[in-house]
Amino acid sequence: MKITDLFERGEFAVSAEVGPPKGIHIEEMIEDAKKYLGGVDAINVTDCQSSVMRVGSLAVCKELKDAGMNPIFQLACRDRNRIALESDLLSAAMFGIDNVLALTGDHTKMGDHPQAKPVFDLDSVSLLHTMCVLESGKDLGGNDLVGEPPKFAKGAVVSPCSDSVDAQLVKMEKKIEAGAEFFQTQAVFDSEKFIRFMERAKQFGKPVMLGIIIPKSAGMCKFMNNNVAGISVPDSILEELKADKEKTKAGITGVEIAARIIRECKPYCQGVHIMSLGWESKIPSLLEQSGLAR
Amino acid sequence: MLITELKSKEEILSLAGEKAFIINCLGCKEIYFPEKEAKELQKELSDAGRVTGILTTDYICNPDNMKLRLQAYLEQIEEADTVLVFSCGVGVQTVADFLEDKKVCAACDTIRLPGFQGVTPTEVDCGQCGECYLNLTGGICPITACSKSLVNGPCGGTKDGKCEVDPSMECGWERIYRRLEKLGRLDVLRFPTQMHDFSTDEVTKECKES
Repeated sequence: MKITDLFERGEFAVSAEVGPPKGIHIEEMIEDAKKYLGGVDAINVTDCQSSVMRVGSLAVCKELKDAGMNPIFQLACRDRNRIALESDLLSAAMFGIDNVLALTGDHTKMGDHPQAKPVFDLDSVSLLHTMCVLESGKDLGGNDLVGEPPKFAKGAVVSPCSDSVDAQLVKMEKKIEAGAEFFQTQAVFDSEKFIRFMERAKQFGKPVMLGIIIPKSAGMCKFMNNNVAGISVPDSILEELKADKEKTKAGITGVEIAARIIRECKPYCQGVHIMSLGWESKIPSLLEQSGLAR
Repeated sequence: MLITELKSKEEILSLAGEKAFIINCLGCKEIYFPEKEAKELQKELSDAGRVTGILTTDYICNPDNMKLRLQAYLEQIEEADTVLVFSCGVGVQTVADFLEDKKVCAACDTIRLPGFQGVTPTEVDCGQCGECYLNLTGGICPITACSKSLVNGPCGGTKDGKCEVDPSMECGWERIYRRLEKLGRLDVLRFPTQMHDFSTDEVTKECKES
């Protein structure tokens, strides 16, 4: 099912994210997804997230789909040239995987294979354009595709709390011109910042899914503040996490914080995208507390 | 000046705007510069009354040399709405850095010449990519100023204006955005989706053979 169908019906969409393992056994991941992600509309599968080599996004998407779930294929430009990207898009469509999130990808130097050649033949914008070209029955070389062309729900990302929001908005507009139909955001911890961003982004008229990370500890938040672009966790949240260490460790504080951010931002966006970073088991209670349980 | 070829005539005529000041760099002309074609085109612009002055010089990649040469032409530059530079990407960027309040455009594409990296060692770098983007990016090269050589805007990896790959390096696209903002030319960023053409190595081969 295309996630864009939900937006067209005016429904508030919920997606969550799973990160494939570095290995070939994904049974546990699929079981966890079945157990905890029943309440979400779609599941993003990351593509060697943070430039760390793992089992492939497309293969895991196929497994999720076979298990009755609705995957979003994350496709990054870091590791493939345009031939491989087009080929993987056709492969996805062949499997009936029709939600694709186009990413430029982190630089290879950020991951566990810093020696690898960074490809970036295309970027997120030209990858979205590529999907449109394939949908028209052609490839980037101008050649005809055989048979009925694929059709994708084309997603992209934006970083609403980036310290260069102006440039982010320019990029967002370029993504829309290139074909983006929906957006998922970098994790938001500052509702006011997100709302200010949405006041400027709403002119584009494209659905935006609020990015949410359940904060696990004050240490994790400090690490993200120092190391992750586009994430800034306010001091007030750090204090909340420090107040009762046991409650924080059990995930109760993190879920409360995440649910509050969702409730505050919900009137300004069209969906939520949860990056649980291993805390899939907390998602049902997060949906419950943020009023999104079905 | 590295190996260059002229951009299309239509593109150059449109870049020139109403009044252009023209800079030719013949610094490494022994390597390759389409001098005859450039002169013909400049005469056409001149005859149409669209040129405030022409400076033909060398090694504008050397900032001190370039500033010295430009001193005598500042009035003519002021009079022009565009400074049109016929040089390699290093030359265009060096001029654009100096004339930071002026629209500075590249009239040439710079083609890769293996083993030759330009004469004046500066921080300004030209990727010799054969498809010069400087007219879309305020005279700052996205191929060399961005760690990922992105041609459609910044990635999400900018932190405090710095690049995620090297925190001592400014984000190239942040620089491009600020430069165009200062020039009041942010509309330039509305260019259509770019896809870099990596087949330009063929052109290098042809040049070397000729």
